[in-house]
Parts: sequence; structure tokens; C-alpha cells
Amino acid sequence: MKKKFLCTLISVVMTTAMLAGCGGGAKPTDAPAESKTESTKETDTADQTKTETKEEDAKESGESIVVGFSQVGAESDWRTANTSSMKSTFTEENGYTLLFDDAQQKQENQIKAVRNFIQQDVDYIVIAPVTETGWDTVLKEAQDAGIPVIIVDRMVDVSDDSLYTAWVGSNFLQEGYDAADWLAQYLDKQGRGSEEINIVTLQGTIGASAQIGRTNGVEERMKDHTNWKMLERQTGEFTQARGQEVMESFLKSYDDIDVVIAENDNMAFGAIDAIKAAGKTCGPNGDIIIVSFDAVAAAFDSMIAGDMNVSVECNPLHGPRVAELIQKLEKGETVDKIAYVEEGVYPADTAEAKKPTREY
Amino acid sequence: MNKIKKITSYELFLPIMCFILVLLINVIKTPTFFEVSIKNGVFYGYIIDVINRASELVILAVGMTLVVASSGGTDISVGAVMSVAAALCCYILAGGQQTINAYQNPYVLGILLALVVGVVCGCFNGFLVAKMKIQPMVATLILFTAGRGIAQLITKGQITYIRVENYKLLGANIPGIPLPTTIFVVVIVVLITNIVLKKTALGLYIQSVGINAKASRLVGLKSSRIIFLTYVFCGLCAGIAGLMASSRIYSADANNIGLNMELDAILAVALGGNSLSGGKFTLLGSVIGAYTIQALTTTLYAMSVSADQLPVYKAIVVVIIVSLQSKEFKKIVRGLKDKKADGRKEEQVA
Repeated sequence: MKKKFLCTLISVVMTTAMLAGCGGGAKPTDAPAESKTESTKETDTADQTKTETKEEDAKESGESIVVGFSQVGAESDWRTANTSSMKSTFTEENGYTLLFDDAQQKQENQIKAVRNFIQQDVDYIVIAPVTETGWDTVLKEAQDAGIPVIIVDRMVDVSDDSLYTAWVGSNFLQEGYDAADWLAQYLDKQGRGSEEINIVTLQGTIGASAQIGRTNGVEERMKDHTNWKMLERQTGEFTQARGQEVMESFLKSYDDIDVVIAENDNMAFGAIDAIKAAGKTCGPNGDIIIVSFDAVAAAFDSMIAGDMNVSVECNPLHGPRVAELIQKLEKGETVDKIAYVEEGVYPADTAEAKKPTREY
Repeated sequence: MNKIKKITSYELFLPIMCFILVLLINVIKTPTFFEVSIKNGVFYGYIIDVINRASELVILAVGMTLVVASSGGTDISVGAVMSVAAALCCYILAGGQQTINAYQNPYVLGILLALVVGVVCGCFNGFLVAKMKIQPMVATLILFTAGRGIAQLITKGQITYIRVENYKLLGANIPGIPLPTTIFVVVIVVLITNIVLKKTALGLYIQSVGINAKASRLVGLKSSRIIFLTYVFCGLCAGIAGLMASSRIYSADANNIGLNMELDAILAVALGGNSLSGGKFTLLGSVIGAYTIQALTTTLYAMSVSADQLPVYKAIVVVIIVSLQSKEFKKIVRGLKDKKADGRKEEQVA
């Protein structure tokens, strides 16, 4: 009997505790506001001590600019190149102190890192976000602390655009234009400028910004070339295996494919394998023209081997562009909200010469 | 009349019907689907694609069937284990480099160790499920999340390329043989598993443990060992599938190899008419289920369904197939039949 009573008591206590917990969570607008006023107070006092130490620091290191960079992780060659670009730009010699944080693909790690940067009162915060959403609170904290935030690579989706100072990244739409323009030139050179050209596209993961930009870019340019015919578009989900599978299917449905546009290099590799398996040829000396995006190191190998015609770069070297923005901000100038990095087009005939100069 | 009843009551009747149904769509929509020609000395056609591309899924489904049958739970780590096996194999063959043109270590060593790592992962899952009595989905969730991390660690976050011609053989064609190598691997795996299950009492043991583990133990079966073994076998299957997937792209792409394949494998088991709560199972049902899934994908490609609508069509077909096989649906059909029969009897009486 006693036990039963105890059990009920405990369960009642637990449910009320849970309900209370839920109640607290149900009005998050109040709770963070309170904690925020507290935290700003804290940072105020922290600021005073910090500014003192900072002044001392500045005297010692000759006014170096402290930059906190929160990186997604190291999941691909592209990402590694992105990281090393930042590291090689923000060096002590260039007058910077870089605080680097690897978030290992987790947003909570990034948020923690940004809070740390705020605590340490860095001069600039640079974030390569894992996801687009969920940044409002922590960016507001940075804004309250008066630290400019620069977003690189992926965009953030926040209610108020003033929460970040600028965004640096790739112009996927422009990449699409570049690919189509290169193709037009190439066909002209071959004397096929007015022939009917059959194109198939291996799209990236549907909804990814790279997929949307590159598809639309090519699509818009198609309007200027009425002799180009898009036979079909299908997603290869940015992977080599899927790219190969979809290309196999394309080759069976259509006999006379002239051009394959693969929205990243990996899918292009898969497509090349499928084309070869079907007994057709591709590349500069083959029947089918391969247009690809990203221009990773393996794509240069493929171009040197004569399989791929062109790869449009998706430049990971964001460091210099970010540094440019920071220098402008230091001088008190205003900067553009959106800053694209420069991206090149690398056709097969320049691949061999370009390969050694590539950083990724 | 009796003959029809005999056929329809055959346990593989529905899975086979569904498979044929998917293929029938093609007869109407894309008649070229069944054309098979010879190009470069190998068979070439949509049907060959289906059989070839389904290989990894079939092997995963074989392992998954036994896991489901013995423990009434699913192993959701198989996709991640595939990527670990592929990563290790490529790491060993490349000797830690990122891209190579000649093996740094013997081919057989890479393959063997990849299979061993598959078995080790299976042991880990089996230990958690059979000995620690953790819910299968929770236990395998550990490797589901950690597996890709391990694979990333092995490959140092980069794609490791093995640019050696004979590494591609497993995922392509051996010169002189007109069928893809994967088909032979699948036949061997399915045959051996089937023979072992049918010729020894193992199949029966797995079934009885799945139906009632406690009762089986009282009868004298080591229930936990049987469950353990099925997980180990499932790990081995994942290892084989991982090697195939890696050979197809002659590289180890830790992020993408086997991505979401665990879900397809579970679906294959369900499409095969197996109950996901364990017990009675048919291996061939799962195999047919796996081919059905791939046939559906290839069919949709052949029909030029646009990429953004692809998942919708897939979902519709899967819902139809699963509900066709559900017990409730069978009950309704039986009810209708009975009513008809009653009506006829009444007519006769009148």
C-alpha cells in the first residue's frame, strides 16, 4: 500500500515537473529575452575587462584583427580547400589572428563556437553554416555584442537580413550561364553552331542550391539557342553511382545524345563509365560532349585522360574575398550584402597545364 | 478451380504478382524495356540494368530477412557498414594514399579485411541485441550514426580512388562473360544461404526463435546465439554489398555508399511478404521484393518521370503493393468472395 502511494506520488511529481518544463518551453519568447538581458549585462562587464586586455594585446601584436571562423567539418576535398584558404589568408603575417573551430557537421557545435567567439570578443565572426535555418538567436547575440558576422558558402535563412553583414559564396546561376556559353562557343568552333543538339542533364539533389542555380542558368541560356534540345533531365543525387545508373537509362532511351551536362564532377564520372560501357565514346575526341561542374582534382585527371570536355569551377577559396570585406569594414566602408567569388571555366585542353596550379 | 487456389495460396504468389505488375507497366509504356541486345560482347538492356543494379539490395535483403525473422527487429546500420567496408578496402589497397594506379597491398587482403570488418560490425550489433537485449533498432542506431564517421576517419574525409582495371571487375563485367559479375555474386550468396537454411535445421531454428524466443530456449535452442548469428551474417552481407558498390565507382565515397539502402532493404523484406515482427519468413520473397524496388526505379527512369515527381510515384506504387499484401485486404477479398458464393448458392436454391 505504502509502495503504491509512493509510486503515485513520484509519478505525480514527475508529470508536474514535465508539465512545468513544457510550460517553460511553450513561451520561448519570454525566456530567452530574460536570459539575454542578463547575458548582455554580463558581456558589458566582460567587455570592460576585455577591452583592457585587448588594448594590451593590441599593443603587443601590433593591432592584429581577431577572426573567429566556424567551419562545417572536413567532409570533402572542397571543404578542406575551403578551410586551408581561410587558414592561409588569416595569418599572423597578414595581421590577423584566426580562431578556427571545426563543428564536425553539427549545428549545435557551431552555435557553441559562435558563443565562444562572442565571449572572447573577437573582431569578426565567419560562419560556414551546416544548415540554413536556426541561426536567429545566436546571430542576434553577435549583433548585440557588436560583432560583424560574415557567412560563407551556404546561405542562412533568418527573419532579419541585418543579422549578418555579408555573404560570400558561389554564384551557381552564373556557373550555369558559363557552362552554356562555353558549350555554344565549342559547338561554333566545331561548326555545329546551327545543328540540332540533343542534350541530357544529370541534376543534383533536387532542391539543393547548386542544383537550382545550375539548372536555371543552363535553362535560361537555352532560350537563345533554339537548336538545342533538352531531351530529359533526371536527378543523379550528386553521386557517381546514381549518375551512372541514370546515364545507363538515358542511353537506352535516346540514340543520339550529343551533350551530357552533369551538375557535379562525380556524376560526370559515372556518366562517362556508362557511356563507355554502352560502346560509345565521349570527351574532346569522342561522340558525346561532357560538361561538368565543380572542377575538383579528379576532374582534371579525367580531362587529361580525354574523357571530359569541360568543368566549370565552384571555387572554395573564399579566404581572400572575406579578407577583402573585412578590410573594407575596418576602414568603415559599407559592403555589399552578397559577394560572389570568382570562378573559372576549365576546358580539357588547358587541364594539363592548370593541374599543378590547383589547390584542391 | 482447385489449381488456381493452389497457386494463389502459394506464399510467393503475391510478391511475384507485384513484380510482374511493375514490369507490365512497361509493356504498355515503354515496349523497348524488354529488348536485350549485345554490345561490346555483353548483354545490354533495361532488364539487365534492373538485375545488375539490384544486386547490392538483394544481398542486403537476404541478411535483413534473417535478422527480421530471428529478432523481429531491423538492422538499420547496413548502409553505414557498407561504407565502412568499402572505406577499409580502398584504404588498404591504396596504402593510405588518395588515388593510386597500382595496388599497394594485395587485392585479396583488401577484400578479406573488408568482409572481416563487416562481420565485426555484425558481431557488435549482435552482441548488443542478443546479449544486452537492447531493442534492435536502438542497438543498430549506434553504427547507423557512427559508421559513416568511422568510414570518414578511415578515408580521412576524402574520396579514395583505386584506378586499377581489375578493381572494377566486381561491379562491371569480366572480359568474355556477357553478364555483369554482380549477378553471379548474388546467385552464389542466395544459393548458399538458401541451401544452408533448407538443408540444415538453421532455418527452422531462426523461425522458432522469431516466433517465441523464450519457448525456443526452453526447448533447448540457444536463442541468443541464433539471434547473434543472424546479425553477424547481416554484417557480412553488408560487407559484400559495400565491396560491390565500391567497385562500381572504383572508389570509397564514405558519404554516399549505401546511403538510405537500409530503408530499401527493409522495404524489400516487407514487399517479399515477410512479417516485420519476426517468425516465418521466405528468403526468395525478399529477393523478389528487392528486384521489384529496382524494377520500379528503372521503370520510372525509362518513363522519363521528372526528378521532382519521382518520389511521389514510388510512394504510390509502394503503398499499393504493401496494401495488396496486407492481411486486412486479404480479409476483404475473402469476404467479397464469400458473398458471391453465397449469392450463387441462393440463386441455385431459387
